[in-house]
Amino acid sequence: MTTWPILSVTTFLPLVGALIVYLSRGDDEASRRNSRWIALWTTIITFAVSVILVMRFDPSNADFQFVEKSAWLATGITYHMGVDGISLPLVILTTAIMPFCIIASWKAITNRVREYMMAFLILETLMIGTFSALDLVLFYLFFEGGLIPMFLIIGVWGGPRRVYASFKFFLYTLLGSVLMLLAIMALYWNGGTTDIPTLMHTAVPRSLQTWAWLAFFASFAVKMPMWPVHTWLPDAHVEAPTAGSVVLAAILLKMGGYGFLRFSLPMFPLASHDFAPLIFTMSAIAIIYTSLVALMQEDMKKLIAYSSVAHMGFVTMGIFAGTMQGVAGGMFQMISHGIVSGALFLCVGVVYDRLHTREIAAYGGLVNRMPLYALTFMIFTMANVGLPGTSGFVGEFMTLLGTFKVSIPTAFFATFGVILSAAYALWLYRKVVFGTLVKPTLMSMKDLTLRECVILFPMIALTILFGVYPKPVLDMSAASVQQLVNNYNTAVTAVKAAALLQ
Amino acid sequence: MSITTAGYQLAPVLPELVLAIGAMALLMLGAYRGQGTTSTVTTLAVLLLILVGVLEYMLPAGKQVTFGGSFIVDDFARFMKILALIGSAVTLILSTEFLADASRRIFEYAILVLLSTLGMMVLISAGDLITLYLGLELMSLALYVVAASNRDNAKSTEAGLKYFVLGALSSGMLLYGSSLVYGFTGTVSFTGIATAATAANVGLVFGLVFLLAGLCFKVSAVPFHMWTPDVYEGAPTPVTAFFASAPKVAALAVFTRVTLTAFPGIVSQWQQILVFVAIASMALGSFAAIGQSNIKRLMAYSSIGHMGFALVGLASGTVEGAQGVLMYIVIYVAMTLGSFSIILAMKRNGQAVEQISDFAGLSRTNPLLAFMFAMLLFSLAGIPPLAGFFAKWYVFVAAIKANLFTLAVIGVLSSVVGAYYYLTIVKTMYFDEPAGQVDPVRFEVKSVLAVAGLFNILFALFAGPVVSVASAAAKSLF
Repeated sequence: MTTWPILSVTTFLPLVGALIVYLSRGDDEASRRNSRWIALWTTIITFAVSVILVMRFDPSNADFQFVEKSAWLATGITYHMGVDGISLPLVILTTAIMPFCIIASWKAITNRVREYMMAFLILETLMIGTFSALDLVLFYLFFEGGLIPMFLIIGVWGGPRRVYASFKFFLYTLLGSVLMLLAIMALYWNGGTTDIPTLMHTAVPRSLQTWAWLAFFASFAVKMPMWPVHTWLPDAHVEAPTAGSVVLAAILLKMGGYGFLRFSLPMFPLASHDFAPLIFTMSAIAIIYTSLVALMQEDMKKLIAYSSVAHMGFVTMGIFAGTMQGVAGGMFQMISHGIVSGALFLCVGVVYDRLHTREIAAYGGLVNRMPLYALTFMIFTMANVGLPGTSGFVGEFMTLLGTFKVSIPTAFFATFGVILSAAYALWLYRKVVFGTLVKPTLMSMKDLTLRECVILFPMIALTILFGVYPKPVLDMSAASVQQLVNNYNTAVTAVKAAALLQ
Repeated sequence: MSITTAGYQLAPVLPELVLAIGAMALLMLGAYRGQGTTSTVTTLAVLLLILVGVLEYMLPAGKQVTFGGSFIVDDFARFMKILALIGSAVTLILSTEFLADASRRIFEYAILVLLSTLGMMVLISAGDLITLYLGLELMSLALYVVAASNRDNAKSTEAGLKYFVLGALSSGMLLYGSSLVYGFTGTVSFTGIATAATAANVGLVFGLVFLLAGLCFKVSAVPFHMWTPDVYEGAPTPVTAFFASAPKVAALAVFTRVTLTAFPGIVSQWQQILVFVAIASMALGSFAAIGQSNIKRLMAYSSIGHMGFALVGLASGTVEGAQGVLMYIVIYVAMTLGSFSIILAMKRNGQAVEQISDFAGLSRTNPLLAFMFAMLLFSLAGIPPLAGFFAKWYVFVAAIKANLFTLAVIGVLSSVVGAYYYLTIVKTMYFDEPAGQVDPVRFEVKSVLAVAGLFNILFALFAGPVVSVASAAAKSLF
């Protein structure tokens, strides 16, 4: 029973779905409906298969599981897949978010539905592949390949400034990634292989560590995105269609954090240690600066985009703290942010579908016509603020705790972010939902439809569940995170001890 | 089989002999039967090229040398020759429509392509400077005429003339360099030069520079690239496709062979030249293409850039570098032929359209064509998982191993700049409103496109075997 390559099936199922969508030709209403249903079923089945992964996953084992390996390019570069406690939650996040994205696009996308669904399904394959590849070349293949569908999603189905946004997104990310590619090559010659588990145990000379760390950092910092290379994100978010924003915020941004956890810390521990102050500074600036910027926004999506940058600041800060709480908190924050920011973009999508504007000033007093929506939006706003009882709190608290042990100033400044996030999130909520309903355009607004409830309610459940009971996520990643933190600290202490002896 | 003449083995040159005799037989057929035989001659020429390719493939394995070391058949030569033959054959297939026009029924076209291909094969197998020049001239002279084959078109004639004048200049430089090399080493054979040229002296380096300048002209590397945009734009599209594929294979092959087998003793001398040429080509190819509005001109700059990337592999001067060059050229030929088959397919009301703005909204009017072109463009930009990524991977991995970090960094950065103009075309096809219907695509163009496009998209699946063949071919040079 365990012989079938369950991880590859999860990865490539959406691709098969995309092929089926391609084969269902035609441009009439019936074929559009077919594309939607095929895409939905594909993502649901993929999710179901990924649930098998969770059930068979052994959380006490810190090593890679469901490993598949076969010859590919040459010696040293193989088709190698596998997941551990760090990648599995992100794989599940991906497979879980995708069906919601498809449903969210059900009514909003009316032209070129077939291509749209294909782009999303291909993107899903590439995203799952990114998280489960255990070979650097294979990883890069999935990581960069995702640019193509996302470029098309923003550019074809995006808003008025879609061309600018899609080019910026593509070129920015590519620029960061090509430097990482060179570092991958250098690692290949250093270790004679691009096999990730092998490279994790290969000693990398100090100078190469520094350069390789910087090159990987260039890629992941852009992807994450960290201040000051975050400017592509607000543009991409604003112009992308709702589901595109959701994927971007919930999954694509996590690739940066995942990259830090998978490559930077285990492979270049010394460089990570050396550069940690840089990361702390950038994270603290990101948290405070982008929160302040978010306060000034007039576009709902842009506000949430800036708040994403701030929240990602907590993740980088926690990861590079190198403590158990910090790394586990960063991991949890990624999952939580995946759900919460995805849901917030969906909430914006709900009103955007009705009024076709995202300007905050165009709304006000929605609570009168849309009580259900007001409640939903409030829960996600609170989760975004990090109110105890929601998943947002757990992540922020743990990363702050972890960082506090390492760098008190960073933790001190980052805490301001919690206050500022309350300011902008509540301000947004008040402007949109509260107040009197005076604008005539809003008079005919309808409350959440059944379809929208189907999307949003499971997310509410998860947000609150993980807020009061975060154990499932933390347990899944605990062993792997523990191993990562131990290896990191061993490497750093060894060098410190050696330095003292001299 | 052992056929000999004047004591020399003829078996290694059998494919070339068949090609030469076949070309002449077809010439007779055309000359005696008149222009009505154009399509017959073209079809037979394609079959002849396939036959020669099979013969080349069936030659006994291992390295064979004949004519006293002037003619070398090794895995490297076989690899490049088969690639050049494929390039030529595909070009002839793509030319069918061009030749079908009543005003252009020229059977000589196919003959010239055959003779040029013969020149390429000689060039690829060249073991000394004389054979090199012989092959180079046979290839080039035929190319000059082909460039001007659209006789009534001023641009085409101009392209042919320009190519001829500049080509003659570069041949002169190459000859001058050869004579200096001969003067300072006392031999023309590559192995002889390799033994003699162990230390750099001014005369030898001077000769080397001129020799490389001549070769740079043929691969259209900066600063000897000026002819490329004009010739690409002026020549008929099938001819441009030809220029961009097979002759580039041959020129790059001889480039590799000369530098690696004749001057391995003075690597540092030619390495700095190649590093400069590669950087200049990549940068110019990326930046100059941005302002282009004609797709053929854009492809010209793109090919300049791509030759720069291929030379990155060569600049490392290692076996990995040679392998990188081989991988690059295979993938480059596939991408180029695919792209040009799309440019050929772009017709409105029977008129070929060449402006980038003509591609507007192609994703609505002809989704499959647009999709294939988009994938080819992403591949040219080097985005994984498409073939172009693997091409770049193998050249840069060689450069990193040879510690050419500056070259590698500039290379990847210019590939990002290059990505911009490829994206612009994708944007035109996908984001813009349609500019009108395109004509149905002809069968032969469709077939070429299908093969090249699938090769490009699915390359990751069968990359392994290609890599091992390229690796074996690269090792045969050392």
